[in-house]
Amino acid sequence: MKIGVFICHCGNNISAAVGVELVARHALRLPGVVCAHTIHHACSEPGQLLIQKCIREKGLNRVVIGACSPRVHEATFQRVLVQAGLNPYLLELANLREQCSWVHEDREAATRKAIDLIDMAVGKVARLQPLLSSKVDVNKRTLVIGGGIAGIQAALDVADSGHEVVLVERTPTIGGNMARMDKVFPTLDCSACILTPKMVELATHPNITLHTYSEVEQVSGFVGNFKVQIRKKARLVDMEKCTGCGACTLKCPIKAPAEFNLGLDKRGAVYIPFPQAVPHIPVIDKSICTYVLKKKCGLCQKICPTDAIAFEQQDEVLEEEFGAIIVATGYELMDWTVYGEYGHGKYKDVITSLQYERILSASGPTGGHIRRPSDGKEPEVIAIIACVGSRDAAHGRPYCSSVCCMYSAKYAMLTREHLPNSRVYIFYMDIRAYSKMYEEFVQRAQEKYGANYVRGRVSKVFERNGRLVLQGADTLLGQPVELEADLVVLAVGITGTASTIALAKKLNISHDEYGFLTESHPKLRPVESSTPGIFIAGACQSPKDIPLTVAQASSAASKVLGLISHDKLETSPLVAEVNIRRCVGCFRCLDVCPFSAIEEQVLRDGSKVARVNPALCQGCGLCSAICPPAAIALSGFTDDQLISQMEGLCSQNPV
Amino acid sequence: MSKLGYFPGCSLEHSALEYDQSSRYVCRKLGIELVELPDWSCCGAHAAHHTQHKLACALSARNLSIATTLGLGSVVAPCPACYSGLKFAQTALKNDPQLKEKFKNELKLDCNAEGKVFSLVELLSQLAPETLKAQVKVDLGELKVVAYYGCLLVRPPKLVQFDDPENPSSMDDLLTAAGVQMLPWDYKVQCCGAVLAVSNPDIQLKLSGDILQMAKLAGAEAVAVACPLCHANLDLRQAQINKYCGSKFKLPILYFTQVMGLAFGASPKELGIDKHMVAAGPLLSKAGINQA
Repeated sequence: MKIGVFICHCGNNISAAVGVELVARHALRLPGVVCAHTIHHACSEPGQLLIQKCIREKGLNRVVIGACSPRVHEATFQRVLVQAGLNPYLLELANLREQCSWVHEDREAATRKAIDLIDMAVGKVARLQPLLSSKVDVNKRTLVIGGGIAGIQAALDVADSGHEVVLVERTPTIGGNMARMDKVFPTLDCSACILTPKMVELATHPNITLHTYSEVEQVSGFVGNFKVQIRKKARLVDMEKCTGCGACTLKCPIKAPAEFNLGLDKRGAVYIPFPQAVPHIPVIDKSICTYVLKKKCGLCQKICPTDAIAFEQQDEVLEEEFGAIIVATGYELMDWTVYGEYGHGKYKDVITSLQYERILSASGPTGGHIRRPSDGKEPEVIAIIACVGSRDAAHGRPYCSSVCCMYSAKYAMLTREHLPNSRVYIFYMDIRAYSKMYEEFVQRAQEKYGANYVRGRVSKVFERNGRLVLQGADTLLGQPVELEADLVVLAVGITGTASTIALAKKLNISHDEYGFLTESHPKLRPVESSTPGIFIAGACQSPKDIPLTVAQASSAASKVLGLISHDKLETSPLVAEVNIRRCVGCFRCLDVCPFSAIEEQVLRDGSKVARVNPALCQGCGLCSAICPPAAIALSGFTDDQLISQMEGLCSQNPV
Repeated sequence: MSKLGYFPGCSLEHSALEYDQSSRYVCRKLGIELVELPDWSCCGAHAAHHTQHKLACALSARNLSIATTLGLGSVVAPCPACYSGLKFAQTALKNDPQLKEKFKNELKLDCNAEGKVFSLVELLSQLAPETLKAQVKVDLGELKVVAYYGCLLVRPPKLVQFDDPENPSSMDDLLTAAGVQMLPWDYKVQCCGAVLAVSNPDIQLKLSGDILQMAKLAGAEAVAVACPLCHANLDLRQAQINKYCGSKFKLPILYFTQVMGLAFGASPKELGIDKHMVAAGPLLSKAGINQA
């Protein structure tokens, strides 16, 4: 046994709190250790070369590196071993940074702890065995979940490279929230002009299959080999026969608040969400259609010129296989009616930012004329309140929604263009305009468009003599302010959605308390989810503007292309294995396995034992921990390896 | 809930005697037995919590420990400042076992942390509306009233954990059950100026004037309150408000317990309605109630 120990300074990240030289000298006295060095940056080229040189010259057959978390550089150091001719699994990392130097201030105690960590690593590394990975085929098809701008961009990027894509969208049309917007900052180009061509391109792309009004029902499998059930909800309209003439939508006598216009107007029970919807085919709302509910009416069926209304249609469940998945499920506005100070939603002329987008939009409920919801009058004074549900820990939303400062400035510009005699007030805490051309945009709103910026929160909105009154403070003047307004637009904070959380559970990927999906590493793996082969893009990860969303979508697409460019994938050999002579067939492992990797295996004598599917196993170790007769071993973490590690800790090696 | 400790506090002994009378009357009618804490002491009011956290806690802890000694589970304080002080101390002792231990050993104060501290509005809100309705003898359906909650009754929300801090409805519900016509309005929790009446009266007169103005706009004939200080600012100082704002308000300000008492059949005198600066007589006559 020839063990080499390398202790990293990590600049001074580790050496500031840990006596690295002392740790290295101590390591030299441990059984089996033939060399011990300190390195300024073990991950840098000189560091890697030193490790390889020692492996070759001293004939090392086990390596311990005391550096950062394995999450950061385990793969780097495994490559170092491979290049020096060693099996990569003969490496043990001691985390002297995140779990030692960064969290301790007492140098002496931190050094003692570092020595303990090295004792443990040396104890374990002596028992490690070479492991070999196996290979599995990679399915080249990609599933994109969500048909907003993120999903559209990602799907087009993957499909343009010649690979097959399936896009699943929950609502009857693609387009997402961006389709609701009027003009978009910082260039004020019309959202529809840049989005709808992409929607059409997606729908007609030879490599893309589009399933709208559909949901992902169940997901199993693993990177390169996902099996997905997709529920195509019954539209009750035959998509083959329908020409999208819209005659049915005009005749339907039932009315309900239109989702696309956020309740500002009504739609029928059979409806096309908006004029540029893709596909341009109506859907029947089964919860209100009187024909569905009580077999009365059926007017749409009578007038349809192509006989496309299909009340008998049933949901259809498709089974598809994919190699990679991109999740792009977007965002919602948080429920602002928790704000009693703004009236809990009782004032008709206190509206959300997205509702104002619809009012500004030429295809919106007012045809692009700014009219307030209560009486249809043109407002003279428009007040915008920023940070409603953002940067507000009292309402459980401590984070910044990142786009509201910019669209507030946009609203000031568009409002003054529509109504030159109007006055616009923006109540803000800080202006966050950090991206390209953003600060200039806000300046333009102030200087050219005369937006009145008032720094301070609005503490109360109420009605007096038929006008809305805003009370708050101007913190620059140090004075209370009161403003009478005709229309109040709340810049409502962005939140993750309940449906994304439900999807995350099906996909076995992690999310935070606000419903945003968690990336694998906040800086270095921003589009990877916690599960290999599943990528995330757009506002489902965090609040984002359109430029960043598109950039992240393209980034996710390029990660997918990187993955499916391989014909075969190496699987990790750090998987569980069942000793069938010890297994008693209780199958408690089957209950605890989060990845459905345990199968039943029938032996020749007819008895049933457990078997681990190594392609599915993620090496979490739950089965190994729960197995009553200790019949399951996790490679790289076997009982004797862990006991040897503990012995290292308990050996009281002299310092 | 039928028997609990009663902490009147200083106001209810003097300037708000009628709040005390009417609170006791309403509780008696509703079968709630109030046991006035013997030898109760000052809650500390604003002075204590501006001086020292521990002092503020100790003053209220003394009163809570009297209730504990008598075996009274819960305590009710009609005055929101007293209520806030007691609730604050109880929460502080619940969250800080060391402080609790210290009070026990050094000051011999042992408080039951499990009992509840109620404001009178919160206490009566525990009753079923039918219980209230059963006591109604006089129809006040003609009376148009707005409920004014002030600052401390429903705030701070984390401490109080009762009703909506921005748009409360509990007092409205109580008085609706008593048969009064409650009007919606937007100044339920607006600041009345509180003790600025002493140090900076201009601000208080403006703020209280705004409240009366909004009550008038809402169509109210009277304002129901649950706080002696709110009452003093809106009633006692209404003439000063009129002088300062150039207004002509003559808006009776009644404790919500007085309104309930009227509905339950008490005479205005029994409820101390004759003690107010702005006479409620004309209003009550209109509602068919004689002042006597």
